[in-house]
Amino acid sequence: MSARLRSLLLTLAAPVLAVVFAAIITSIVLSVSGHGPIETLSLMVDYGFQPRTISLTINSATTYFFAALAVAVAFRMNLFNIGVDGQYRLAAMLAAAVGGAVALPGPLHVLLIVVVAMLVGAAWAAIAGILKATRGVSEVISTIMLNFIATGIVAYLLNTDRLAVQVAGSNNIGTKHIPESGHMPGLSLIPGSGTQQVFGFVIIAILAGIAFQVLLNRTRFGFDLRATGQSESAAIASGVNVKRMVVISMVISGAVAGLVGMPQLLGASYSYGLDFPTGLGFTGIAIALLGRNHPVGIAIGALLFGFLDNSSNILQINEIPNEIVVIMQGVIVLSVVVAYELVRRYKLVAEQRRVSRELSAGGTGGPAPEGAAA
Amino acid sequence: MAVELDGITKRFPGVVANRDIHLHVRRGSVHAICGENGAGKSTLMKILYGMQRPDEGTIAVNGTKVSFGSPSDAIAVGIGMVHQHFMLADNLTVLENVVLGSEPRKGLSIDFAGARRKIKEISDAYGLGVDPDALIEDLGVGDRQRVEILKVLYRGARIIILDEPTAVLVPQEVDELFDNLRGLVREGLTVIFISHKLDEVLSVADEITVIRRGTTVQAGIDSKTVNARQLAELMVGSELPSPETRESTVTDQQALAVRDLTVRSSDGRPVVDNVSFTIHKGEVLGIAGVEGNGQAELVEAIMGMRPSTGTIALAGTDVTSLDTRRRREAGIGYVPEDRHRHGLLLEAPLWENRILGHQTRRPNSKGPWIDRAGARRDTERIVREYDVRTPGIDVAADALSGGNQQKLIVGREMSGEPVVLIASHPTRGVDVGAQAAIWDHLRAARAQGLAVLLISADLDELIGMSDTLKVILRGRLVADVDPATVTPESLGSAMTGAGEGA
Ligand SMILES: Nc1ncnc2c1ncn2[C@@H]1O[C@H](COP(=O)(O)OP(=O)(O)OP(=O)(O)O)[C@@H](O)[C@H]1O
Ligand SMILES: [Mg+2]
Repeated sequence: MSARLRSLLLTLAAPVLAVVFAAIITSIVLSVSGHGPIETLSLMVDYGFQPRTISLTINSATTYFFAALAVAVAFRMNLFNIGVDGQYRLAAMLAAAVGGAVALPGPLHVLLIVVVAMLVGAAWAAIAGILKATRGVSEVISTIMLNFIATGIVAYLLNTDRLAVQVAGSNNIGTKHIPESGHMPGLSLIPGSGTQQVFGFVIIAILAGIAFQVLLNRTRFGFDLRATGQSESAAIASGVNVKRMVVISMVISGAVAGLVGMPQLLGASYSYGLDFPTGLGFTGIAIALLGRNHPVGIAIGALLFGFLDNSSNILQINEIPNEIVVIMQGVIVLSVVVAYELVRRYKLVAEQRRVSRELSAGGTGGPAPEGAAA
Repeated sequence: MAVELDGITKRFPGVVANRDIHLHVRRGSVHAICGENGAGKSTLMKILYGMQRPDEGTIAVNGTKVSFGSPSDAIAVGIGMVHQHFMLADNLTVLENVVLGSEPRKGLSIDFAGARRKIKEISDAYGLGVDPDALIEDLGVGDRQRVEILKVLYRGARIIILDEPTAVLVPQEVDELFDNLRGLVREGLTVIFISHKLDEVLSVADEITVIRRGTTVQAGIDSKTVNARQLAELMVGSELPSPETRESTVTDQQALAVRDLTVRSSDGRPVVDNVSFTIHKGEVLGIAGVEGNGQAELVEAIMGMRPSTGTIALAGTDVTSLDTRRRREAGIGYVPEDRHRHGLLLEAPLWENRILGHQTRRPNSKGPWIDRAGARRDTERIVREYDVRTPGIDVAADALSGGNQQKLIVGREMSGEPVVLIASHPTRGVDVGAQAAIWDHLRAARAQGLAVLLISADLDELIGMSDTLKVILRGRLVADVDPATVTPESLGSAMTGAGEGA
């Protein structure tokens, strides 16, 4: 049991090391640009732990979590879905348009919107999957192109002649406002956060994380997916239809990507407008790397990124450029890669030392493998 | 002394792979290392090649103490190594693989023309017959083995380590290789090699060091003073096994019927040409042939991994249109020739590797769910019954020695009562003791009605295990041989088409 604990601590050591390393780099950058690192950090922490900011952090994290999860599903199969970005924007816009056009009773309305979003995301990702399976087109290239096309389609449809309407009292345009029945109620999780509620979608996010873990580790399908990711040739010999797996896992990845825009759409903006957040797919890639494609890791990474994003709002008021946070996020991702390697090596050495210590303490002369048949 | 390893100790989690090993190799000699699976041979060689750092001990090369941080340090002092498992990039050509990491420069660009010339020279000089422009993924195991050897020669190694270089070569090829090695040794090179084939060891090595459970049992034995039996006893403490199948268990029920099977290469040439055969329940059909005559393609076509024409019937049911998974479910077990490429998930624990290839069947799964407890329990059984030496079933397959990986695969494929076992080199890389155990398992299953398609480079194994024996040459079954009367020598010449009158 204590060996387990040690190994758990070591697993945690890598991301912690990365964050510490990132903090050092950021401090240097801050110092060079003439701001005190300690003061800046304490500003961020003070502000970041106010109830309102915590709510906002959780909300950002919910969105990031879906994005990273979508990337991670594909990653586990060695597929690089760069197209999460296009998938979620197209999905959110079409789902918003559908949601604004119909009137349905409460939960059904929400369900319809979510299902439409997942279907659109899945379909858009499936294009890349099918291209790879039938034509051998690299999914990296096709999803990048599909991102551009999605941008074009969204721009085309988001026009007052087509799906969009003028938003009252501004010169923004967006899809028709989704009526009350299609809203996802927020949760008052954080005491003292006033009107700033937590997205109800945080629960869906947690469920999605659990489903991810169960799917990958407990099902035959998940086994085939991981096997293909580890060795395609061995998977083929074991009877996995790799082409089919490519399409299916892209579809799943796209369906999860379809959820990325939902917390914002159904919990805050109720319409897809020109100001709908973009670029979340790329943040998702960074967080999936940070979290090592594991839901718990991804959740921690998403919270960290959410915290940095939201607490940095205080910096501007104090005339510190809040781009410093972007630098920090970048450095974290880079140092994670380095830190995992360092910890891996340390683990190996420590393990060997432990074995030799136990062997010499045990005093059993034979160099036979522990526990193996004599 | 070319190499002096003294007091080498190396530990892995749960295992001491080497403990206080001493190995001294004279310059200009062939030195063999013998020992059972997991004894620590590969580990010791990886230490000499700079791939692993010893926890204790010293290394001296040509009398000078050295300490290697990586293989490039070892290459710099003239050491080259051919690994037990191939280290080639599949999607590159032979030329690119050989040149990789030692790029010959001509100004700024890589001098491919010069490299190709040099490869040709070496290939011709040692009769390796390697085409510099072939893609690695198109090559069989034997060819890949030769590419590995060529790679080492190309880099000008003076001390050459060969970790089981002959496991997939048929005797003629082994003889050729050894002739080449003797040539090298006459030129002053030093060869260290590992093999489980004791006859081979005795015929080619000047000295032999035996390792058992991580320590040297006997160092630098003069090969003229021992015989195979004594050597086997030193290694495993048991006698030499013989692959004799006693009474026939062949029935008249068809287990596998292959008709007019043809496989074409990408350029349309038939690599398996109109092959037909039937294996009955309780029968072992051996296929003898020099590597690269269509055996790999034949097997992959039967497994549904490669497009082919013709029909395949399993126990009377046509399975031609089924995919690999369905064929496996219908009762085909498969021991692949390249265990790393087709048999294992190296980073996954042993119990997950138990599931591989049997994902849809008990005890590994229940409906759409993986049955972890069932798979783990059955992995324990395989580890026990097939004597897989491992600290546990949670270690990664990567951490097992080559022979123990093989035992795991054979155990897995014999599980679930297969109707037919397609076995390519089933005892490749396993020690004499384990080889006997695998043969016993095969014989017992055969008595229960298992049909086996046996492909092997080990002619004793082929002759001893087979009820029926066919010879494959350039993709065609050219001769039937009676295993009861044939000798390895006459089988060997049949395999090269000597009797064909070509
Ligand atoms: N990377 C590794 N991590 C953990 N254990 C390892 C690793 N490599 C080897 N071992 C263990 O060290 C021992 C010696 O392995 P090694 O590969 O040297 O055996 P070997 O003599 O070459 O056997 P074989 O004849 O089967 O190839 C084995 O018990 C093996 O499980
Ligand atoms: Mg070995």
